[in-house]
Amino acid sequence: MSDRPDPSAPRLAAPSPDAPSPDARRSAGGLRVSVDLNLCQAYAQCCYAAPDHFVLRGREALHYDPAPSASVRGDIERARIACPVQAIRVEDAGAARR
Amino acid sequence: MSDAETRIVVVGASLAGLRGAESLRRSGFTGHLTIVGAEPHRPYDRPPLSKGVLTGEVGADATALPNLVDLDADWRFGTPATRLDRARRTVTVETGEALPYDRLLIATGASARTWPDAAQGRFAGVHTLRGRDDADALRRDLAAGPKHVLVIGGGFIGCDVAASCRTLDLPVTLVETGPTLLAGVLGAHLGAVVEALHAHRGVTIRSGTKVVALEDDGTGRVVRARLADGTAIPADVVVVALGAVRNTGWLSGSGLSFDAGGLDCDADGDALDEDGRPDPRIVAAGDVARFPHPLYPGKPIALEHWGHAVAQGVRAGRRLAGLPEAPYAEVPAFWSSQGGITIKSVGLTAGADGLVIARGDPKEGRFLAVYGREGRCIAAVAFDCARWLPAYAERIAARAPFPPEPGGVDAGPMRVLPPAFPEPADEDAA
Repeated sequence: MSDRPDPSAPRLAAPSPDAPSPDARRSAGGLRVSVDLNLCQAYAQCCYAAPDHFVLRGREALHYDPAPSASVRGDIERARIACPVQAIRVEDAGAARR
Repeated sequence: MSDAETRIVVVGASLAGLRGAESLRRSGFTGHLTIVGAEPHRPYDRPPLSKGVLTGEVGADATALPNLVDLDADWRFGTPATRLDRARRTVTVETGEALPYDRLLIATGASARTWPDAAQGRFAGVHTLRGRDDADALRRDLAAGPKHVLVIGGGFIGCDVAASCRTLDLPVTLVETGPTLLAGVLGAHLGAVVEALHAHRGVTIRSGTKVVALEDDGTGRVVRARLADGTAIPADVVVVALGAVRNTGWLSGSGLSFDAGGLDCDADGDALDEDGRPDPRIVAAGDVARFPHPLYPGKPIALEHWGHAVAQGVRAGRRLAGLPEAPYAEVPAFWSSQGGITIKSVGLTAGADGLVIARGDPKEGRFLAVYGREGRCIAAVAFDCARWLPAYAERIAARAPFPPEPGGVDAGPMRVLPPAFPEPADEDAA
């Protein structure tokens, strides 16, 4: 019944003080991710596609990395496409939208 | 005037404002688009602010929302709107600049309700939680290892903050005036289930009592809270989680109809003036918009749900772009994670006169409850069984009879129970 992270489960990368800020990553082509958790039904396909960036804790509580680096674009795209209810939205900030 | 010369201003660099602006462009709008934000940040996602941001797992600056369409917008950050002049058709911002508009989207959202005693509310260590900067400030205070965290208010934000404190292994007391946590939105019957989850994780819960004063150490730093029964509890960090008030103050003098509960709109989403006439140039969306919902006749409602901000923002963008739109009738929905259990709800529970456990069993931690009013299904709440919920959303949209027919797979006996909402009904329960 605890939602404390299971130490054996994959951890989302915690922000490190040395890591570039998301705005810096944005200019370097970082990603922004949001999941519509109303739609999400915990099929966990994203967790298989990108295990370092999507984690289920408990039966249905999805935790995800909202600002992955551009180097994992392929994993994030696989997760987005794999979602059976299409709940994942990804912005490729390298597109420099304004 | 051709579309390319049309000027649209979006007030509120929020989830509703962003999705509304995207919807405008997707609907073919090619004119000038200005987006005004009170905060110095791009639109960001609020749900992580009371969870991963507080525990340090997600950086506050990582919550920026994906921008799904090239907006070609003139963004004005850190410049709150201060005045709306509908005769001149201008929005004035804090710098004094008056931005002209042909059409306007109002998505200014809401603010945390502050502690009623302003001087006590300014004590060091006292927080509210609504925006990114609030979350960052609270995260810093929690990371410093306080001895006793006090959360005032057992709604969703209060429950989230208390849960985050336990994840950080901090001692936390949650004081709620109602009979149980979340009683305003779920009723005490299911509120008791949620309360047990938090108690199991080590949150000290004081339901049915009230904090009447915060006290400092003589230097302006909070040290304890005084309860209605005269006893005191120590607290070096206090989070005031007493709901939200809508950001409508800047509309003073505009002639529109508003108060702290929202800006009044008609069924099309057009803002109403003080005489109840719609202003066809102005549409509102998200937390700030108070509108008549066809499924919930009677009092107009202003919803604080994430999905509502998206859906109503998208609809507002299409309407401002001149596309024909049916009145907004989305079934309200929200999710929350409490003590490791995912709670999902469709419909609105306010005013329910009955509750059945339609599937599963609260003792197993996995069940679905249906709320009814006057013989119709009005809401359903799932605890760790999201896949059952869409079928019930359809029943709510169809105003299906309550209680539901028994006999389905995994269906319970459909015994009607009292939902046990506190009296008077919580105005903010929606």
